[in-house]
Amino acid sequence: MHELSIAKNIIEIAEQHARQEGAAAITKVALQIGTLSGVVPEALEFAFEAARVGTMAASAELEMEIVPLICSCGDCKLEFTVEDRHGIALCPKCGKPSSDIRRGRELAVHSLEVV
Amino acid sequence: MAEVRTIGLSVLTDKNESRGRTIEVEKGVLSRNQELADELRKRFGVHGILALNFVSSPGSGKTTLLARTFTDMPDVRAGVIVGDLATDNDATTLRASGAETVQIMTGGVCHLEASMVSKAVAPLPLEELDLVAIENVGNLVCPAAFDLGEDLRIVMLSVTEGEDKPLKYPTIFKSADVVILTKTDLAEAVGFDRSAALENLRLTAPGATVFEVSARSGEGLSDWYDYLANRLGRAQ
Repeated sequence: MHELSIAKNIIEIAEQHARQEGAAAITKVALQIGTLSGVVPEALEFAFEAARVGTMAASAELEMEIVPLICSCGDCKLEFTVEDRHGIALCPKCGKPSSDIRRGRELAVHSLEVV
Repeated sequence: MAEVRTIGLSVLTDKNESRGRTIEVEKGVLSRNQELADELRKRFGVHGILALNFVSSPGSGKTTLLARTFTDMPDVRAGVIVGDLATDNDATTLRASGAETVQIMTGGVCHLEASMVSKAVAPLPLEELDLVAIENVGNLVCPAAFDLGEDLRIVMLSVTEGEDKPLKYPTIFKSADVVILTKTDLAEAVGFDRSAALENLRLTAPGATVFEVSARSGEGLSDWYDYLANRLGRAQ
C-alpha cells in the first residue's frame, strides 16, 4: 500500500503549484498513470480520499489518464502497444519479446483545476 | 501568468458562480525521490561503489544469499542497508558475514524510499567500500516504483514461490537488471517447473540476466560471484 505515500506526494505537488498561482482551492487533479508505474488506480483513489482531508484539495476530484505500455522491438524497430495483462511484450511483426520500454512508467501530475 | 491572475480576480468578484481555471503542472509524482536517488547514484559513483537494490517476496532468501556472498567473497568490502518492518534479525545475520550493516526499521512502511537510504548511508564508510547492497522490504509490489540510486536492481524468486511469479508481478520483474532464482536445492521437493519459470522470465523480463542458485548447497553461486566480480571490475 505505497499509494498513500504517493497520494501525499500528489497533494504536496498540487498545493505547491496552486499556491504559486494564488488559487484558493483545488477542484481537480489530473494524473497520468502508466500501466507499469506500480500504482493501482483503485488503491490510489482510496488513498487520495484519505490524504486530501484538511488540504487545499479537500474536495478535489481525481482524474486518471492511464498510459498504456508501449515497447519498441530491438530488431524491427517497431513501436507497439502491449495489451497483455502480464506485460509480455511480443513484437507483432517478429514475435520477439521486447525489454525496450518507451511508455507506461509515467506517474505524473498533469494539470490542476483551481478556483 | 498575467492572464491567469485576471481570471483569478474575476472569480473573486463573481459571487454567483465560481469559474475554475487550469494549471499545467507536468511534474513527476516521485520527482523528489528521483532527485534524491540521482544524488545517491552520484555519491556511490564518486567512490567507485557498485550499488545493488535487492527486491523479493518475504522469505525468498535475500539475507541468506547476501550473507553467504560476503562470506565467500571476503576481499569485497561490502556495506549493507537492510530494510525491515520491525526487527533487526537480518542485520545481525549480515553483520556476522563481515559486511558493514545499517538497519532501517520502516515501522510498517512497505518499501524503501531514496530519502531513507540517504539517511542510512551516513554511518557507512563509503570511501572504504566496493559495494553497497540495499536489501529492500520483502514485497514484490511497492518497491517497484522507488529508485534508490542503485546501479542494478536485482529481483529474487525462490523456487518455493512457484514459476508463475513473473506473470503475477510483471511491474517489478520488468524493472529487473538481474533475476536470481533461489533455493534451487528445494526445486525437486516442491515440484518446481524450471523450464516454465525460465520461459516466463524470458517473456516478461527479456533484458534481465538470470542466475539459479542455492545459498545452502552452494550450487550456481560461482556464476553469480563471477558476475559480481566482473561488475566490480575484477576478474575472478
